[in-house]
Amino acid sequence: MSSALDITRAVNPPRAAFLDYPLGHTTGKPNDPVLQRAILLDALDALISLTMPGQVKMLPFRWSEDQGWYATAQRGPDDRRPRYDTPQYQTEEDRQRAEATSTGGVRGG
Amino acid sequence: MPVDYIPRIQEKYAQEGFASYRWVVNTTPPPWQPLRQPLTASRLGLVASGGIYRSGQVAFHYKDDTSFRVIPTDVDVAELRMTHFAYDLTDARRDPNVVFPLATLRGLVQEGHLGALAANAYTFMGGIYSARRVQEELAPQLTSHLLAEQVDAVLLVPV
Repeated sequence: MSSALDITRAVNPPRAAFLDYPLGHTTGKPNDPVLQRAILLDALDALISLTMPGQVKMLPFRWSEDQGWYATAQRGPDDRRPRYDTPQYQTEEDRQRAEATSTGGVRGG
Repeated sequence: MPVDYIPRIQEKYAQEGFASYRWVVNTTPPPWQPLRQPLTASRLGLVASGGIYRSGQVAFHYKDDTSFRVIPTDVDVAELRMTHFAYDLTDARRDPNVVFPLATLRGLVQEGHLGALAANAYTFMGGIYSARRVQEELAPQLTSHLLAEQVDAVLLVPV
């Protein structure tokens, strides 16, 4: 999958399916399983329909009618978080559960 | 026109004080393998870079974390969590399937569109500054796990 076409072209993977949605929605919109299913079926079809390495299948789904999100994505303020070097849990309960185990499922790294 | 992310990301790295970022551009043709059987008879692996972990696992950190997590593909979606510095997590936390489409893929297996899912899915953190560390450390480990899962194809879901 891809939602960043310029990055995908630089990577040059064997196959790609590009979904023109804001970052954080690479496989669909939340709580819309019908749309998510359609997106994945269309993307997985690329495994069969793409015939040459480096091709990108452009999926036909639009995020919104006016695509107003483009402007924010291209030129909006920096919304990235600081590069903390300790695990950043979604919830405090997650932290406690992880710290109670010996390895916490970390592989590699 | 699709958004151009590379110039925007390079600008952010420059602002954070990194030297000019040498973005990896792969010009050689990628390896190619046709799918040997229909999707309905294929086993699919799932790999995702949106910082997904399972509650109980250690969460990712944000400073070039090259670790990965193994998540059984029959996991309850309610146990999935995500943490990342580079994208708005709101919708992913509302519905993990938008960055980790496990329920969607399980549905396709049930319907018969897809043969099977690998027993485990693999997740990691994107935004790793060192492409060398990804190539030499992370990618080979993921590859050997996926080969052991005996997958016919892999769906990589970046964010």
